[in-house]
Amino acid sequence: MKITFSLNDEKVTVESDGNTPLLWVIRDQLGYKGTKFGCGKGACGACTVNIDGMAIRSCSYPVVAAADKKVITIEGLPEDHPVKKAWIEEIVPQCGYCQPGFMMATNALINSKPNLTDEDIDNNITNICRCATYYRMRKAIHKAAELNNQNA
Amino acid sequence: MRSSVGLGVVIGTGYFTRNIWQRYIAEMANTLDTPYQGTSSDPSIWFEITEKNEVILHSTKVEMGQGAHTGLAQIAAEELGATMEQMQVKHAESMSGNVDNFATGGSTSIASLWIPLREIAASMREMIRNEASKVMNTTTDKIEISEGKVSAGNKSISFGELVQQVTEWEEVDTPELKAVDRAKYIGKPIPRLDLKSKVTGEPIYGLDAEMPNMLYGAVLRPHLVDSELVSIDITKAEKMPGVVKIIQEEDFVGVIANSYYEAEQAKEAIQSEWKTNNNWNYEDITEMIQVGKGHPQTIQKSGNPEGSLKEGGNLIRAEYKSPMGAHAQLEPNGSVAFVEEDKATVIMSTQVVEITRKEVAKRLGLNKDQVNIKPTFLGGGFGRRLHTPNAVEAAVMSKAVGKPVKSFFNRKEEFQNDTFRPPAHNFLKAKLDENGMIAAMEHNISSGDVSYGSPLLPAIVNNLIGSDVGAWRGGMIQYSSIPNYQAISWRVKLPFATSWWRSLGLLANTFAIESFMDELAEKAGKDPIEYRLAQIDDSERGTRLKKVIAAARDNSSWGEKLTEGRSLGFACSTDVNVPCAQVVEVSIENSEIKVHKVTCALDPGLVINPDQVKAQCEGSIIMGMSASMFEEMTLKDNELQPIIYGPYKMATMRHAPKEINVILLENDDKPGGVGEPPLGPIGAAIANATYQLTGKRLRTMPLTLEA
Repeated sequence: MKITFSLNDEKVTVESDGNTPLLWVIRDQLGYKGTKFGCGKGACGACTVNIDGMAIRSCSYPVVAAADKKVITIEGLPEDHPVKKAWIEEIVPQCGYCQPGFMMATNALINSKPNLTDEDIDNNITNICRCATYYRMRKAIHKAAELNNQNA
Repeated sequence: MRSSVGLGVVIGTGYFTRNIWQRYIAEMANTLDTPYQGTSSDPSIWFEITEKNEVILHSTKVEMGQGAHTGLAQIAAEELGATMEQMQVKHAESMSGNVDNFATGGSTSIASLWIPLREIAASMREMIRNEASKVMNTTTDKIEISEGKVSAGNKSISFGELVQQVTEWEEVDTPELKAVDRAKYIGKPIPRLDLKSKVTGEPIYGLDAEMPNMLYGAVLRPHLVDSELVSIDITKAEKMPGVVKIIQEEDFVGVIANSYYEAEQAKEAIQSEWKTNNNWNYEDITEMIQVGKGHPQTIQKSGNPEGSLKEGGNLIRAEYKSPMGAHAQLEPNGSVAFVEEDKATVIMSTQVVEITRKEVAKRLGLNKDQVNIKPTFLGGGFGRRLHTPNAVEAAVMSKAVGKPVKSFFNRKEEFQNDTFRPPAHNFLKAKLDENGMIAAMEHNISSGDVSYGSPLLPAIVNNLIGSDVGAWRGGMIQYSSIPNYQAISWRVKLPFATSWWRSLGLLANTFAIESFMDELAEKAGKDPIEYRLAQIDDSERGTRLKKVIAAARDNSSWGEKLTEGRSLGFACSTDVNVPCAQVVEVSIENSEIKVHKVTCALDPGLVINPDQVKAQCEGSIIMGMSASMFEEMTLKDNELQPIIYGPYKMATMRHAPKEINVILLENDDKPGGVGEPPLGPIGAAIANATYQLTGKRLRTMPLTLEA
């Protein structure tokens, strides 16, 4: 079936089995590789994208459900985006594989909670990083929230 | 066969002699630096200088997050006289580049290349000087090289301008190395070179790779240990949408389809019947992993420990257990392979380029020079990519369809076909003298295999030592002032693969020794840190260890009054000659241990990039916490479980300490490894801190309060 949605502010139409996880459509049909495959069950968050502003784990989200929605991937964040700037300032990534997922989860969080607390971070950022960069990540999330508030 | 006769003579002189000899090698292996084992020192293979004035280092060490590429670039830039802005690092391809005969692992990337890379870069610099003297019509002694420029008098050209005028580079003898200048790049916290690509989602990992006209493969893998595939029925699977071909090899069944999703769906539709040889449950495994079972080997001995540790009197004993752990790296293993008539190309995440290319070549009947392994950035290594049968599978599938094939594990397969960190059982004994100091101590380690059976380490190494060098890592007693002590390793072979997992036996063995040290300090009525300091000698190794212990003590709240409900715990270890000491601050919240703060002192020798050394400490501490407090693989009716994150509980953001303070001491003039040593102390330090609150010793990992 044909499915149309907005990807990084561009209208895209794909031909796909509607049950195909959005992740594979983004990666293999549309060629945006920044969204990663980690577990395929929505358990690790490596595939997190933003759909209509919410953090969604795209490996467990059928592409048909994305129809007419606004999907943003890591490639859709501008160069000077608060999350990217914060991640660079804090030198967060090690292997880096999970980072786009964390960054997209962070983007949804800082936009929904301007007065971000550590508890908000603990409750909402539940992705997995095997290099365990959590210590710097927490600093980067706070910094991203600050930058985001300055922009607002 | 002379050598085997010689070996026979040695063995023939009796167990006692053989044991001393093997112990000697084991102690050597414990402190030996792993040398670099690359195939070429030709600067023109290592360095590429482009007309755009870029200096590209073709690295044989892969970047898996440890920051090695940045450190290597700093070392090279310094010696070359280049700027950091010019430096780029790419992974060397096996067909055109230098190949490392060892691996990326064991915390060796920077340490083993410290001298060789500087020599190669210095040679490159002198080659530049020679060519520049020709181009600039002057003598070599008039040429200055710095900041990526070649200058003579008031004339100056960039490396990029120079290379455009060079047709052939003249080889040089290895020149003198520059004195280490810490003013410029060495010792500077230069941001990782791959930082930008990693926060913008660039397609830099094995799983991101593509080739034109590529198909997707999925391999049917066993979900049961000690099992065989009895029969399969592919009738239904063959008719699934997108399926191109299903191949049945002796060792695997592969589905090739137009998309990953279709390949996976078709694989699920294969009817397969598996037969198990023996029934296995986790209790069977813990029954096997027991000190006293399997093959024992003394790996360290001083004085007369047997005589001093006879039963009775004030003999103190304690045993500790550690679980089986999964690698759980986020990027599943996978590869893209294209096999043509007389060559094969494989793009993938691998820690062992040489082993991967040999295995692919052997399976395809090619010469290894006909196989091009193109390593990518790794979405985590941790030892998982020291085994790469996935390259062979993708290559075989590609050959079957004449097109490139990309194939990778799904998460369940990753968990069930991992090469696990083996479970361990540690049994310690000691006697104290009248002053409470340790008169004798014995550490027994029972573990599944780590280095045995790995293509990475020839069997001869383990056979020479008589024990598994990976399993007992971190198991030697570092309290060298104890008059009588020994460590004994008991080898147990499990019915599934156990192997290298970041820091190997270090975590489990340190947990045991350092928990026991705390118990002994308490019995002696002494401060746990002072008790340790008093039992380490003044050798170079001992002195370095004492310095990190004191640094962790002095930079933490040790000895101060804490917030109500908080306590401190201490532990230390030495791994790859790098001592590390940690003080942790914990509390108990909702019946769970909460780690608030970690003070970590490390002496890695010369530090190339302090920011990345600290990053390795922070990551090792939290990964070590995860493994000590939460992670545990188990086995039920031959099925390894769990099969997904979540049920395989790991540390997440909420568990990470909000404060990690890393203190770097540099009591050496060469860099040591940092990827593993800081993982050692954390489990014991947490257990020791928790004891201060509960009065109950935690002797089993994962550390929970219920038991």
